[in-house]
Amino acid sequence: MRRAGRPRGEGPWPWLAAGSLALSLLMLAALLLLLAGRGLGHFWPAPVVLVTLDDGHQLAGQPVREERRRTLEGHWVRERLYRVGNRDLDGEAWRWVEVGRIVAEETPEAWAVIERRRWGELIVRPLALEEAGRRLTEAPLWSAFEARLERGRALAEERDALREEVIAPLARRLAAGHDDAAARERLVAAQARVAELQAAMARDVLVVESAAGERLSVPLAEITAAWRPNAMSPAEKLLAWGSNLWHFLSEGPEAANSAGGVWPAIFGTVLMVLLMSLLVTPFGVLAAVYLHEVAPQGRLTGWVRIAVRNLAGVPSIVYGVFGLGVFVYGLGGRLDAWFFAETLPSPTFGTGGLLWASLTLALLTLPVVIVATEEGLARIPDQQREAALALGATRAEMLRRVVLPMALPAMLTGVILAIARAAGEVAPLMLVGVAKLAPQVPVDGDFPYLHLERKFMHLGYHVFDVGFHGGDVEAALPLVYATALLLVGVILVLNLTAILLRHHLRARHAAPGTR
Amino acid sequence: MSRAMSETLLSRAAGETRSAIIEIPAAQGCLEIDDLSLRYGEQPALRGLSLRVPRHSVTAFIGPSGCGKSTLLRVLNRLHDLNDEVTQSGRVLLEGEDIHGPGVAVAQLRRRVGMVFQTPNPFPMSIYENVAFGLRLQAPLKKRRRDEIIEWALVSAALWDEVKDRLHDSAWTLSGGQQQRLVIARTLAVQPEVLLLDEPASALDPISSLKIEELIRNLKSRLSVILVTHNMQQAARVSDYTAFLEGGELVEYAATDDLFTNPRLTRTEDYITGRMS
Ligand SMILES: Nc1ncnc2c1ncn2[C@@H]1O[C@H](COP(=O)(O)OP(=O)(O)OP(=O)(O)O)[C@@H](O)[C@H]1O
Ligand SMILES: [Mg+2]
Repeated sequence: MRRAGRPRGEGPWPWLAAGSLALSLLMLAALLLLLAGRGLGHFWPAPVVLVTLDDGHQLAGQPVREERRRTLEGHWVRERLYRVGNRDLDGEAWRWVEVGRIVAEETPEAWAVIERRRWGELIVRPLALEEAGRRLTEAPLWSAFEARLERGRALAEERDALREEVIAPLARRLAAGHDDAAARERLVAAQARVAELQAAMARDVLVVESAAGERLSVPLAEITAAWRPNAMSPAEKLLAWGSNLWHFLSEGPEAANSAGGVWPAIFGTVLMVLLMSLLVTPFGVLAAVYLHEVAPQGRLTGWVRIAVRNLAGVPSIVYGVFGLGVFVYGLGGRLDAWFFAETLPSPTFGTGGLLWASLTLALLTLPVVIVATEEGLARIPDQQREAALALGATRAEMLRRVVLPMALPAMLTGVILAIARAAGEVAPLMLVGVAKLAPQVPVDGDFPYLHLERKFMHLGYHVFDVGFHGGDVEAALPLVYATALLLVGVILVLNLTAILLRHHLRARHAAPGTR
Repeated sequence: MSRAMSETLLSRAAGETRSAIIEIPAAQGCLEIDDLSLRYGEQPALRGLSLRVPRHSVTAFIGPSGCGKSTLLRVLNRLHDLNDEVTQSGRVLLEGEDIHGPGVAVAQLRRRVGMVFQTPNPFPMSIYENVAFGLRLQAPLKKRRRDEIIEWALVSAALWDEVKDRLHDSAWTLSGGQQQRLVIARTLAVQPEVLLLDEPASALDPISSLKIEELIRNLKSRLSVILVTHNMQQAARVSDYTAFLEGGELVEYAATDDLFTNPRLTRTEDYITGRMS
């Protein structure tokens, strides 16, 4: 055999193959880079630029990107997009500005970006701090503002804790018909304290001025975050970036998903995938073991095999329809009629939820697990089976002690493939339990802790919802990228966990020739 | 062929007798094979085999490759049960009891008739667990007792000295010859009545091979051994009786000394002297 140089007769094929591999990798890298750049850049505190136009108008905003556009007269101009915030003042949070018309750009330190519960961001210059209508003279203004903001947060925390831990349980108790004077009294006291806290929080107001010279009084209770990007050092910016990212990862969504974080969606995705794996693994493995080890091999098993393989190709929405019809309406309806009749007509299990979504996806990924496990079983040499039998093992003992341990890595391969497929599915979930907004994650401190009937959020659906159902496309875009990146990351972590597990098991039950 | 004919020399082809088979007295026999035939699909592998294997002795099966030696051993261990392709007729009696009888539990039978395969097939477990495998299938033992049996089995298989410090290493780290001795030890640990050895020494160096032969001779006092081998010297050295098979038929069965020094049939003589028939 000739080894040196290019093998004769192979022609360009090796190069083509290597080239297409390189291209695929390149595209993958480009995709991740795009997601990372657009998504993660969003959390960086961009500078606020005060722009003066040739007609004397001023605007303050964070530059986002530039584009060349054709004017109505037909010539090309460069335009720059600024995020200007102030939706309640100017009506539009984004402004395209013709670059040629800019006469001056400054980055004054005093300008601040202020995030509010409603109406989105403000990009303004703080003027003064007021308490109950009285102007405060504490200086410097910004640190006084931050101190008060911090105090307001503490008050809000106390209020939320009161509401959640005292008021809600008491109200539930009273609603359940316990007429308890003491409880009633405590409820009234707690409500009074909440009102007091609310009043205290509503007292502080920040007066700000926009670039157009409009003034606005913003109650501190409305403000969720504020920073002055132009006054921040790079280290502070990095810190702010990290903290923004952390908020994005760890908090619930706000303002109809157009702001805030994605924690419930991360949690929902992971929990759903884990539940799905728990459901699909035993079924898939048992089915494969039956098909390969127990059933008499013949025409029928051959047909079943073909059917299983083809099942993997059924579009996922079809599984969604099946899940809706069989699990949600069929099984769920039955369960409601039997066990939750007192809450009807509002359904408990008779509507989409975590359990049905996991089951539907388990069904969707079942073929993958079956096929992978069967392939693993087929790789086990018959000598291993015979050795066990010859030592007096029954068929069941042989399966349990020799065959299944050796097939474990293959089963995990099946589960890995199942996870990869399930975590990315969105279409069937829309029918069987995903929610646009479910800030309550399905696990909490209330018995039975895991609430299988609850609707849940999902990163994939969140991408869809944020991207296509929000009003503000420019604001949604970075969130879409960030959420998509997160989805890829979550799938990666789930898969890596399974791969590590498989690696660990392989070391223990290595098959001949694979070590 | 029926058993009635097996005592005499049968004359079929022109001038040459068809088979020469000694009769072991029923009282001495532990395994009795009676008119056993077997087909893989349409292809016959065993044709009307009848012989009796004596207790507490070593019986060698010799014959050219593909003559059905492994097939016969698998019948004795009922390993063909799982293969739908196989059709089988005739009887096999273990201590007078039909191994295919309705009251016989297969797992129990396989415990009594241990089998060592032609290619070593240790499990992907530690050396210790390989030997313990058969024991763990039975009533639980005290760890000390189990350790004793395992040590005894490994010593018997002439492997103990090589593995005593690495009992918990994977069995697949052993050499081929060591693996072969390990599977012998694994089978011995179950303490079978009959031990079927399918070319146990084919992968061994001369020294280990001699050790195995010595082991076989020693085992004779406790159990009956059936040994398949391609090595005539080995058969001559260790076995008490030798059966020569060809084309799925039993050609000659005699005390080893007789068969090797004075074969009755030219087919046997040709084979043991290495001439092509
Ligand atoms: N599973 C099987 N399916 C079909 N035919 C088989 C099977 N196993 C063995 N045979 C055939 O049966 C015949 C006897 O095979 P067997 O393995 O018993 O030979 P052997 O005497 O052990 O040979 P060797 O000395 O090479 O091991 C051969 O012709 C073989 O091709
Ligand atoms: Mg053989």
